[in-house]
Amino acid sequence: MSRFLLRRLAFLLLTLLITSIIVFAVTQLLPGDVARIILGREAGEQALEQLRQKLGLNDPPFVQYGRWLWNFMRGDWGDSFSTRMPIRAVVLQRLRNSLMLAGTIVALALPLALTAGVIAGLNRDRPVDNLISIASLSVVGLPEFVTGLVLIEVLSFKLHILPANSSIPVQASFFEALPMLILPALTATLVLLAYIARLTRAGVIEELKQPYVRTAVLKGLSWTTVTFRHVLRNALLPTITVIAISFGWLISGLIVVENVFNYPGLGRLLVFAIDRRDLPLLQAITMITVLGYALSNLGADLIYAALNPRIRLG
Amino acid sequence: MHSEHRNGDTLKIEDLTVSYHTGGTSVQALRSLSLNIRFGETYGIVGESGSGKSTLALAVMGFLPANGAIESGRIIFQGEELRGRSRTAMRALWGMRMALVPQDPLASLNPSLRIGAQVAEVLQQHLGLKGEALRQRVLELLRTVRLSDPERVYASYPHQVSGGQQQRALIAMALSTEPELLVLDEPTTGLDTTTQAAVLDLIRDLMRVRGTAALYVTHNLGVVARVCDRVAVLYAGELVEDGPTNGLYRQPLHPYTRGLLDSVPRLGENKSAVRLRSIQGSIPALDELPGGCIFRPRCSLAIEICKQDPPLNPSGEGRTSRCHRWEEILRGEVSARQKTPDASLAKPHTARDETILGMEEVEVHFHRGLTLREMITAGRPPGVRAVDGVDLQVGRGSTLGLVGESGSGKTTLARAVMGLTPRTAGEMFLLGSELPAGLGQRDKETRTHLQIVIQNPSEALNPYLTIGESLRRPLQTLLGLSRSEADSRVHDLLEAVHLQPEYARRFPVELSGGEKQRVVIARAFTTNPDLLVADEAVSSLDVSVQASILNLLSELQAEHASGMLFISHDLAVVGFLADDIAVIYLGKLMERSPVRTVFDPPYHPYTEALLSAIPLIDPAAEQVEIRLEGEVPAASQIPAGCPFHTRCHRFLGDICVEEKPPWRRNEAGKEIYCHIPLDELERKQSRPFAFDSGMEQRG
Repeated sequence: MSRFLLRRLAFLLLTLLITSIIVFAVTQLLPGDVARIILGREAGEQALEQLRQKLGLNDPPFVQYGRWLWNFMRGDWGDSFSTRMPIRAVVLQRLRNSLMLAGTIVALALPLALTAGVIAGLNRDRPVDNLISIASLSVVGLPEFVTGLVLIEVLSFKLHILPANSSIPVQASFFEALPMLILPALTATLVLLAYIARLTRAGVIEELKQPYVRTAVLKGLSWTTVTFRHVLRNALLPTITVIAISFGWLISGLIVVENVFNYPGLGRLLVFAIDRRDLPLLQAITMITVLGYALSNLGADLIYAALNPRIRLG
Repeated sequence: MHSEHRNGDTLKIEDLTVSYHTGGTSVQALRSLSLNIRFGETYGIVGESGSGKSTLALAVMGFLPANGAIESGRIIFQGEELRGRSRTAMRALWGMRMALVPQDPLASLNPSLRIGAQVAEVLQQHLGLKGEALRQRVLELLRTVRLSDPERVYASYPHQVSGGQQQRALIAMALSTEPELLVLDEPTTGLDTTTQAAVLDLIRDLMRVRGTAALYVTHNLGVVARVCDRVAVLYAGELVEDGPTNGLYRQPLHPYTRGLLDSVPRLGENKSAVRLRSIQGSIPALDELPGGCIFRPRCSLAIEICKQDPPLNPSGEGRTSRCHRWEEILRGEVSARQKTPDASLAKPHTARDETILGMEEVEVHFHRGLTLREMITAGRPPGVRAVDGVDLQVGRGSTLGLVGESGSGKTTLARAVMGLTPRTAGEMFLLGSELPAGLGQRDKETRTHLQIVIQNPSEALNPYLTIGESLRRPLQTLLGLSRSEADSRVHDLLEAVHLQPEYARRFPVELSGGEKQRVVIARAFTTNPDLLVADEAVSSLDVSVQASILNLLSELQAEHASGMLFISHDLAVVGFLADDIAVIYLGKLMERSPVRTVFDPPYHPYTEALLSAIPLIDPAAEQVEIRLEGEVPAASQIPAGCPFHTRCHRFLGDICVEEKPPWRRNEAGKEIYCHIPLDELERKQSRPFAFDSGMEQRG
């Protein structure tokens, strides 16, 4: 097990290193002179040259890369080009918000999708299965801005249960923010729901075919024991892994949802950075995103290994 | 318990018909089947695939698949009608009064629950045991099924113990509540011969002690002979014959039973003396059964009356036969035997001098990656020594049989010969010139000389190519024939394996397993290979088909004068086809002998144990019971000295642990890898098996 963990950690570090090179190279390749971006169109050649000297833009690329990587690892992520503020504080603040939202989504989607998928799988091809499949698939076909707007229309404007705007204050604690988290979380849940439910359903159907289920039934065990103790234990394994992997996407990929609800997450910060050609900000967000993906993959592997004795005990 | 039934029938099946519905049509998988299992009786159900034997087992358990239904008839268990009972009502019986021992033990255990917990469940559910009492009872059960380390098995997950241990745990589970009826569905299929023997002993002893009635479903006639009191023979959903095992084996009264018994090579029989009589034709599909006697199209005795449905005739001594001509068979007026194949007996070939394939000290070792600690300390991980120093020769026109249990390295060796898994050390020679280790280093010429037939013909044929296309490819790519030349060769090839020419236009899914294996064999012979490797080539086939494939292989081999490396776990089959036999254990050869000497002492102790473990197709046969201790060690932890010393019943002492044994050779050409001198082995050993002389001889 420790061998497994060490290998995974080594892979993770390697992944991060390679992405950092790619991120750096891509931002270098983008058209435009950095000094000109910062100082504006009116700046004189002398001022531009001074700034280039100061930022080290005349050094060879690998020197620039080494400096950037070293500073990044020390925690000095530089200042934003557009706001002139230190980047780290902003990104971490947004990361915190994104994590709160992602957590809420998982807390909503997981029980809902698993229940739906298990019910569908246990009742394969019966009416309830068809109903669940049709319902979840028809929701997944709708883009998030449609479902989001419908939810706002109904839950905020008509029923006045939840706020339509989710622009949470900077220092809001999780519980203060919670009412504003529910609507965006619900919207993202609807996207994930069909996917996870289908996966769970397939897992349950696959396990029900296994000979050990017949062994369990022919022991004379009750239906609930067979289902919960035998079938689900194995059927949910792949699903749980997939959910862990999709956590990475939840952290930074919810651009549309964040926009619809005006939620201050990493996704919107990313769009902002691209808009302003704010290279240091873009680099920082991308690195954090990649780290998020890599960690959720690692998490998925560990959860799978922990739940599966065939992996855990070799 | 239930003493009022002590002398009665535990299970009565009356006129049972079971049908399956698929896509709007329905077929009857069992038709009007009746049988009674008495208290304490083990009732064998034998049949080939499609006979309905598994359907019977499931119907008795009340666990038919969703598309299956009992159309008519009754299943009476201890006086109670089971048909029509809901699953909820069955639950009180399942695991408590009737239990199933399934095949494929690994898949039949929940992979993520410990074995102890899975056994405990039954006792919890039905007897309400809890806590320490429950644990003690489970451990006691694990001891009852002769698990040597019950504490460890209790705490293990299924994948951590061997197949034999898994099956014992399942038997413990089934026996835990002392059920009145046990249904055993091929419980030893897939286990090694030596493990199978131990599990069969266990089943037989437990049945005897407890008086449990048992329905034992299997395709293996030897297994039935060893454990069953009575046997019913099923053919395409009908019971064609039943009776006490002894009498039925001694004188079968139905031509199909006769055919089954004749299809299987007996231990010690060889192609030089015996031709196997396979059953002509194949089992009819359930939706196109012939009218009258269903066996008529394949029967050598069929006459006019056979177009009428035969009744199940009582033939005395508790026996029945569904044959119009059973009395003639009984009186010896007609023979129910299938015709002997036209070809004459395989001649012991003479030109053995030319060596086709030679191996010297061949090794195939696998290494896993280094751990962090090994990287730091520069330690080397123990490799898996799958094949560990093998010397062998295959001569022109001769067959070398390689016998071994699972994990012995026999398939790895086959792959090393083919170049699929390159050897890591040692030399191989093909026709005297060096054979490169990897497939990529071999030229087309060399590949043309080497062909392989694998166990599962479905995996060996591309499902999207017609049979004709599959056969044409090697002709065009390896031999460089033109399209039209290749087409005419395909015709000849199909003829050679006794298939109609129109098969060239069919796809693999339209063929039965036996027909597919014929195609694979035809393809292997397209290039007129110098060496054919057959890896368990007949193991997945029904016995009646197996016989015809064995005949075919020896026929074609004689014609082409190819050398053959024939690999199998079945010593009777290898003994039938081979000229020389090599026995392999944990990647090392234990014995190399000409086939005529293999079945007589002196034996390597491992060969001796194998011979005593094979279930013989003769209920009256006498067999010395040598049962190996413990489990086969992992290939990464091969014992030092003689690799067999941890399980050897003739273990000498320190010398076996510390020193590698020498190869010892006698005048008869037997070579044995053992510390015990051959004359001493010969003095100590007797043939561990003997057929009842009353069994009909054949030839």
